[in-house]
Amino acid sequence: MAKKIVTALVGAAVLGFGATASQADTLSDVKAKGFVQCGVNGSNLAGFGAQDSQGNWAGLDVDLCKAVAAAVFGDATKVKFTPLSAKDRFPALQSGEIDLLARNTTWSISRDTQLGFDFRAVNYYDGQGFMVKKELGVKSALELSGASVCVQSGTTTELNLADYFRSNNMDFKPVVFEAQDEADAAYNAGRCDAYTTDASGLYSIRLKMANPDDHMVLPEIISKEPLGPAVRQNDSKWLDIVSWAHYAMVAAEEFGITQANVEEMKTSANPDIKRFLGEEADSTIGADLGVPKDWAVQIIKAVGNYGESFERNVGEGSPLKIARGLNAQWTKGGLQYAPPIR
Amino acid sequence: MALADTRTGSSEPPKVSLLYNPALRSVLYQVVTLVVIVGAVWYAWNNVVQNLARANMSAGFGFLNSRAGFDIAQTLIAYSSDSTYFRALQVGLLNTLVVAAAGIVTATIVGLLIGVGRLSNNWLIARLCTVYVEIFRNIPPLLVIFFWYLGVLALLPSIRTIFQHLEENPDAIFFISNRGIYMPAPIFGEGFGMVVGAFVLGIVAAIAFTIWANARQRATGKRPPVLWVNLGLIVLFPILVFLVMGSPLSLDYAVPGSFNMRGGMSIGPEFLALYLALSLYTASFIAEIVRAGIRGVSKGQSEAAFALGLRGGHTTRLVVLPQALRIIIPPLTSQYLNLIKNSSLAVAVGYADLVAVGGTILNQSGKSIEIIAIWMLVYVSISLITSLFMNWFNAKMALVER
Repeated sequence: MAKKIVTALVGAAVLGFGATASQADTLSDVKAKGFVQCGVNGSNLAGFGAQDSQGNWAGLDVDLCKAVAAAVFGDATKVKFTPLSAKDRFPALQSGEIDLLARNTTWSISRDTQLGFDFRAVNYYDGQGFMVKKELGVKSALELSGASVCVQSGTTTELNLADYFRSNNMDFKPVVFEAQDEADAAYNAGRCDAYTTDASGLYSIRLKMANPDDHMVLPEIISKEPLGPAVRQNDSKWLDIVSWAHYAMVAAEEFGITQANVEEMKTSANPDIKRFLGEEADSTIGADLGVPKDWAVQIIKAVGNYGESFERNVGEGSPLKIARGLNAQWTKGGLQYAPPIR
Repeated sequence: MALADTRTGSSEPPKVSLLYNPALRSVLYQVVTLVVIVGAVWYAWNNVVQNLARANMSAGFGFLNSRAGFDIAQTLIAYSSDSTYFRALQVGLLNTLVVAAAGIVTATIVGLLIGVGRLSNNWLIARLCTVYVEIFRNIPPLLVIFFWYLGVLALLPSIRTIFQHLEENPDAIFFISNRGIYMPAPIFGEGFGMVVGAFVLGIVAAIAFTIWANARQRATGKRPPVLWVNLGLIVLFPILVFLVMGSPLSLDYAVPGSFNMRGGMSIGPEFLALYLALSLYTASFIAEIVRAGIRGVSKGQSEAAFALGLRGGHTTRLVVLPQALRIIIPPLTSQYLNLIKNSSLAVAVGYADLVAVGGTILNQSGKSIEIIAIWMLVYVSISLITSLFMNWFNAKMALVER
């Protein structure tokens, strides 16, 4: 009897190992289920991932999710959003719960290698900063020795904070929260002297404060935070689509193609633009990428070019009013640079 | 010979298959169960390793030796961002144990008072205790934590107000602010060990004296003044030694720093919120258990004690309580375990307990399965140790049947 059970057990084990679902082809999975499952910021980070009062998602990261859906399906509404905390985001991508993580996530070497992800595009070049109450009279982050600092747990921010104070021989008291909302509330209540996160996030959180003008963002930027979409490793087809969805938006801005003029641009005399928009007769760019021929047109129609998306979500057209800075086109001294589309 | 053989043979039980041998069968079942369990665990682990390998991640606990890189606010042992993940987990574990232990002690005391209070003949006390129980028993513990953190502690004076207060009253040494409670920290000088020794000696002497006093009471019927003698041994004797040693204790006062108070001792609002919430929440359940325990002792018992001439205090202590404890201890154990497990709600207010620290490590290292395994192992261990202790205590209190 025991022998039979052991035999059965071993058999089950062998079968179990044999029967392994393949995860390495997200594009096919996405096409099969008919929508993109996109992990976004779950704590209403205005400008990146936030819901309005009607429950509609908006933000730079949300636009990227929509762009991917537009490229794959020709329909930007075929996307479902999974709001995630900083802590939940990586397991969500690892486990296959989401197809794509666009949650103001910093691209770092350990996340690229150790966590089993792939990054390529950067949809926002950010850096970590500090926000303080004006009444403290602090003018520089270097004056913060001894301060209590509110920070969100499990972020690169938390690590940079420790490194920055350490390397400047200053001490601090971390007040660590898992959810950003709780960190906001604690800072607002005076539990901390300073709040640290990516500078873009600081501007967004400042707007949530009872009186935004009482708070100021200090000039120091203490880290490099290239925020970009992440996918699971060893799935280069899917990585290609996600990266090129972003590059298409950047290229469109460079070409001067906007949501409004994309139809006219199809008849442009510029061969680069015609190729980009899928108007060249024998172009196989879309097919090679695994998406319809007019993928770029669909992206631009859905979310506009990168500049439009930027201005609408975080720039002058938004309450955040963040300057383009590092996120300007490379031709204007910024870092946004789309590889050639040919 | 042949005849004898036949006779011995007939007295033996009839020969049956080994499979029906009860001793062998019970062993067989246990072996089978063990094999199934080991097999299942092995299968699950293998599955994890394989799946992780497919996701380009490695499994194993080697990462615990890497540099943590993040800071923790509340640490009982030396820790900096240069320490290892393992050290960080130790810090978290200690913080969990501290809040659980403090919570259990307070919950027991408050629960006992409220439980007895509900049985009071005083109408107001009984009603107040009922209101307490009904309020705290019916609110989720997470809300109680938020209530204390955001509703009470966050509204205390800000640190700037404390600075101003200190300018006006330079002699103040004890402060309550929305960043926690500040008080002087004791600095033990040379010879303080003698005071501690005197205290321990006092306790030992007090126990010995009590045993002697009990024996004397039994022999002569006279009760020596146990309370006063013991008080002298435990309190006066160490104080005397303290003075003889030249008061080897100084205080480190909290003084205003650039942003926070410097020096002294402080208890953060995160700990306070969690500790108060866990204690007061669990106390409401313990109160009900205590009430049930006391109600569970039949009225005849105390009536009999009164008939024997025992006074109220003696009746409670010698007759009612020992019997009530038998009813109280088993459900009390469950409440202790609940409190320990609820301490993981610390993550909501940023108290660096095992779950909060582990969560950070999980996110920084990506080792989710390992961290979750550590969490489960630690909580199971703490709970089992608590259960073991309470079971031992229960066995000691149980009715000894002769």
